[in-house]
Amino acid sequence: MAITTMIGAKIHRREDPRLVSGEGRYTDDFTRPGMVYMSVVRSPHAHALIKSIDITAAAKAPGVVAIYTHKDFAKVVTGTMPAAPAFVAEKKQIPPRFPIAEKEVAYQGEPVAVVLTETKYQALDAANLIEVDYEPLPAVMDPERALEARSPKAHSGAPDNVGWDLTYIPEDDSFMKQADVVVKQRILQQRLAPTPMETRGVLAEYSKPDQAMTIWMSSQNPHFIRLFLAGALGIPETRIRVISPDVGGGFGSKISPYSEDYLVPAAAKLSGRPVKWIETRTESIQTTTHGRGQYFDVEAGAKKDGTLVALKVTQYLDIGAYVGTFGAFQACACLLSTGAYNWKHVSARTVGILTNRVPTDPYRGAGRPEAAHLCERMIDLLAGALHMDPAEIRRKNFITEFPHTSHFGLVYDSGAYENAMDKAMEMTGYEKLRKEQEEGRKKGKYLGIGISSWIEICGFGPSAATAPATGGLALVESAQVRVFPTGSVTVYVGTHSHGQGHDTTFPQIVADTLGVPYDMIELRHGDTAEGPAFGYGTYGSRSLAVGGMAVHKASKKVVDKAKKLAAHLFEAAEEDVVFDQGQFYVKGSPDKRKALGEIAFASFGAGLPEGMEHGLEAVAYYDPSNFVWPFGTHIAVVEVDVETGAVDLQRYIAVDDCGNIINPMIVDGQIHGGIAQGIAQALYEEVVYDDETGQLKTGTLIDYLVPTMNEFPNFELGRTITPSPTNELGVKGIGEAGTIASSGAIINAICDALSPLGIKHVDMPASPDRLWKQIQQAHEHSNGGKEVRK
Amino acid sequence: MIPAAFEYVRASSVDEASKLLKKYGEDAKVLAGGHSLIPLMRLRLAQPKALVDITGIKELDYIKADGSKLRIGALTRHVEIQNSAVVKDKLPILAEVASEVGDNQVRNMGTIGGVVAHADAAGDYPTIALMLDAEIVTNHRTIAAKDFFTDLFTTPLGADEIVTEIVFPAANGPHKYIKFRRRLFDWAIVGAAAQKINGDWRIGLTNVGPTPVRAKAVEDALKKGAKPEDAAQHASDGLNPSGDLRASPEYKKHLARVLTKRAIEQAK
Repeated sequence: MAITTMIGAKIHRREDPRLVSGEGRYTDDFTRPGMVYMSVVRSPHAHALIKSIDITAAAKAPGVVAIYTHKDFAKVVTGTMPAAPAFVAEKKQIPPRFPIAEKEVAYQGEPVAVVLTETKYQALDAANLIEVDYEPLPAVMDPERALEARSPKAHSGAPDNVGWDLTYIPEDDSFMKQADVVVKQRILQQRLAPTPMETRGVLAEYSKPDQAMTIWMSSQNPHFIRLFLAGALGIPETRIRVISPDVGGGFGSKISPYSEDYLVPAAAKLSGRPVKWIETRTESIQTTTHGRGQYFDVEAGAKKDGTLVALKVTQYLDIGAYVGTFGAFQACACLLSTGAYNWKHVSARTVGILTNRVPTDPYRGAGRPEAAHLCERMIDLLAGALHMDPAEIRRKNFITEFPHTSHFGLVYDSGAYENAMDKAMEMTGYEKLRKEQEEGRKKGKYLGIGISSWIEICGFGPSAATAPATGGLALVESAQVRVFPTGSVTVYVGTHSHGQGHDTTFPQIVADTLGVPYDMIELRHGDTAEGPAFGYGTYGSRSLAVGGMAVHKASKKVVDKAKKLAAHLFEAAEEDVVFDQGQFYVKGSPDKRKALGEIAFASFGAGLPEGMEHGLEAVAYYDPSNFVWPFGTHIAVVEVDVETGAVDLQRYIAVDDCGNIINPMIVDGQIHGGIAQGIAQALYEEVVYDDETGQLKTGTLIDYLVPTMNEFPNFELGRTITPSPTNELGVKGIGEAGTIASSGAIINAICDALSPLGIKHVDMPASPDRLWKQIQQAHEHSNGGKEVRK
Repeated sequence: MIPAAFEYVRASSVDEASKLLKKYGEDAKVLAGGHSLIPLMRLRLAQPKALVDITGIKELDYIKADGSKLRIGALTRHVEIQNSAVVKDKLPILAEVASEVGDNQVRNMGTIGGVVAHADAAGDYPTIALMLDAEIVTNHRTIAAKDFFTDLFTTPLGADEIVTEIVFPAANGPHKYIKFRRRLFDWAIVGAAAQKINGDWRIGLTNVGPTPVRAKAVEDALKKGAKPEDAAQHASDGLNPSGDLRASPEYKKHLARVLTKRAIEQAK
C-alpha cells in the first residue's frame, strides 16, 4: 500500500479558476449553426380544460419557424414520463403525464404549446400571441383539504387525491402506553424552490442522415436522461449523446427528466433545426420541481428518566399534480425518523397527496432533513416536558453499538454520536452559554440554544436495495481509468460534478492508488459518449462512497495489470514484485525500479507476456455492500427580538463526521453550503400559492427569499472521523449533511429562546411576522393580551 | 425575462429629454439608474414604447451645500450620497439611508431622482424628503414633497416633466433611520426615521401605505413632552397599510410603533 499523500490533502479545487473567471461552459454557452430558440406557452391556471389553441396571430409573428402543440409532439414522443417506485413500491394512482398537456392542465406552468423562432427575443413575443381558451376547473391546493371526500380532484375523473398510502410499521399502542410522558406535534415542511444559480436548459441537435440526437443540458445524471429519451423518442441509446457540461448547481432538481427534456429534442426532430431552450428564473421557481411540501403528525413517548419509548409518525406528502420521477424518495423521512436514538417501538405511515401544484421531487437531503427535523424537534419537546437538558436526553438515548439494525431493517454502519455532540458542546461553551441564557432571561433577553444531532443514510446504493427502487437499474457506479503511453491518466466516471469538486477529489484518489502525480490525472464526466456504458449520476451524497470507490477499484485493476507486466519485464515472479508509491521493484532490489509510466509505455510496445493484451486501462463497476451513515451535531445560538419577532442568528457550530476525508477544504465547503440551505428553510424560503386561484405568489427572487452570505454568521466547523466499514476508503457522503442538520438546530434554538413565553413549537420559515403573531398569542394566553414591552 | 420591444433614445440635455418625452407622450419612460424600471420591464409588468435615457446628462449629477440647504442633482447615485462628505456634514441621515439601499451593484447604478420619481412606497428617500419638507425640482417647477407623493407610484409629474434636483434642509442633529427587512439588500418591510431639526422631532415612515408617511401625531406628542415609547404609540394613527407576503397590516402597524420608538431612542 502506498503511503498516502494526496488523500486528505487540503488542496484548492482545480475547477475553480475556470469557474470563477467566467470561463465555465454552461448549456447556454453552446450554440449550433442554424439554431432556433424555443419558448414555452404555459398554463396560467392551476387546473383547467383546454378548449382550443389559436396560433393564427403567432404564426405570422416575425421570426416564427414553427409552433407545436400536443398533436405534433405525439408524432415523435411516445409513452408517459416515468415515476420510479423509490420508497413506495405500490402506488394507488400515478396520473399519466405526457410532456405537454393535451386536454387538461393540472398545475400552473404546465406546457401547452411551444414556439420556435430565429432569435431569443422573438420567441417570447410570439408565445404571447398564442391564444389558449381555457375552462377553469376547481383546483386542489391544500394537501390536507385534498384528503376530504368532497374535495375537488387534482385530475378530473380521478377517484380521490391519494397517490399512495403505505404503512411501513403499523401502530402498536401497547408501547406508547409504557411512556410516562407523550408529546404530540404537527410539523410542517414548507415547499421550497431549489433555485440553482444556473436554471435548467436544453439544446438539442438532430442529424437526419445519422438518425442521431445530440443534447446539451444542465443535468445531474445525463445517462438516465439518455435512457428515458431513448425510450420516448425511439432512438437507440447508441445514437443519443447527452452532454451535461458545467452545471451551476442542481440540489436534486436536475435528477428527474422534465417536459422540456423531451420537448426540445422532439422539436429538433420535427423542425430539422437545432433547438435551444433556457429556463427563465420565474419558470424555474414555477415549474422546476419543488422540495419538501410535507406535514407530519408525530407522537413521541418517554419514561420519566428520559428513556425513549415510542415514536409514531405519519407523513403527508404533497406530491403535486403528477408523481415526480423520484418523488416517492422523500418517503424515506419515515425510515429515518428515529434518528440517532434507540426507541422501543416506532410506527410509520406515508400518504402521498395529489394537488394542483408543480410536482415535488428530491431536494438537497430529500426526506432526511424532514426526518432529522421531526426527530430533533420531538426530542426537544420531550426534554421540555421532562424538564431535562436537551443534551442530556440525547446522551441518554444515543445508539452506541454498531452495526445497528433499525426498526426498518436498515443497518447503520458506524457512528460515535456522543463524541460528536460533546465536541460541538465544547466548541459552543455550552454550560457557560446556558448560564448566560439564564442571566439574560432575567433582563428580558430571549437567547436560545438549539441542538440537532443528525444522522443520514447516503451512498445510493447497494444493488439489492436500489434496483427495485428505480424500477430495475441498480445505483452502482462505474469508472474507467485509462493510462496513456507517457504515463498520464484520464479517468471517466458516471457521476456528475456540479459543485462537488470531483475534478479535484477523484484525481486525488487516483494519485494515491496509482502513485502517479496528481497533475497528470484528468477527470472526465458528463458526456454519455465517453467512458463506460452507464453512469448513475450525482445525488444523495453518493459520488464518493460509490463513484469514488469505482475509481479506486478501476485504479487497482490497472495496478494489477501493471504489476503483471512489471514482473515480466523484471523477469521475476509476480508475487515478488513490490508496488510502492507508483514504482515497481523486485523484493530485495529496491534500487532497480520502474515507474508506472514506464510500464504504461511498455504496455503499448512489443514483447508482452503470453496472452496479455496491449494498453493499460480498466473499467470497474462498484456495488456497495451497504449504505453509509454520516452523522454529527449542530448547535445554533439565536436571540429573538420579542418585540418584532426577528431572529438574530448569533453563532452556528457544526461538528460533522463523514468518515475518512479526501479533501478537507471541499468537505468544509459542502458543509457551509448545506448549512446555509437548511437555515434558508428554517428562516427564509417558502413557495406560496394563492389557495383560491392557484397562482404562484413567489415567482421572483424578490418574493422568494433566498438568503445571501450577509444573513449568516461565521460557521464554526469541527469534525470527528469515524471511518466507514462499508468501503475500502472508509468514506461516507457529506453533500447533504449541512441541510439535514441545520433546520432543526435553528428551530430548536428559537423554541428554546421563546420557552419562557410558553411557546413549544414554531413552523418554518420562522419569519418575523409569524413569530410576532405567535408571541402575541402567547401573551394573550398569559396576561390577557398586553403587548410585550421590554 | 425578456422585455417587450421598445425604442431607446439617449438625451444629452434636460431640454432634449423633455422634447423627446413630449414626442412619445404617455408611452415613454425616463431611464435613470434603471433599477426599478428594468426589472418591471423584464417581467413585462411595464411595457413602455420608448425609453428616454437621461444618464448622459452630466449636469444633473452633483451634491451642493447651499447655506442651510443641501441640493442633490437627480442623477446622483446612491453610492455618491453614501460617501459624500457634504451629505455627512449637512444631512447625515441621508448618507445613512443611501448606504442601506439595495446592494453594491444597486447603489452604484441607482439614482436619487429615479427613486423619487418612481414613488414606490417602499422607497427610503421619499420618507426623508417628506418628513423634512424637501422640495422636488423639475424642469418646469418646484414641488413640495408633501404635494409630490400623491399615491402608489403616482406623482404630479407631467408627461414631459423630469425631476432635476432634490432640495433638503440641512439637519445634522440626532437622527436615526431603521429599515426593518429580511435580507440586507431587501426593501423595507417597514422603515422609521427620526430627525431632530430646530429643536423638534420629525418622524417619517416607509412602506406603511401607498405613500411615505410623516407621523405628525408622534411629532406633536414629543413636542408636548411625551416619552418616546408613549409618543411612538401614535405612529400607527390613521395608517391603513396593505398586507403582503412579508407582513400583515397589523404587523406593519405594530412595526411602525416599535421602530419609531427605537429610532427616537437610538437617534444620535
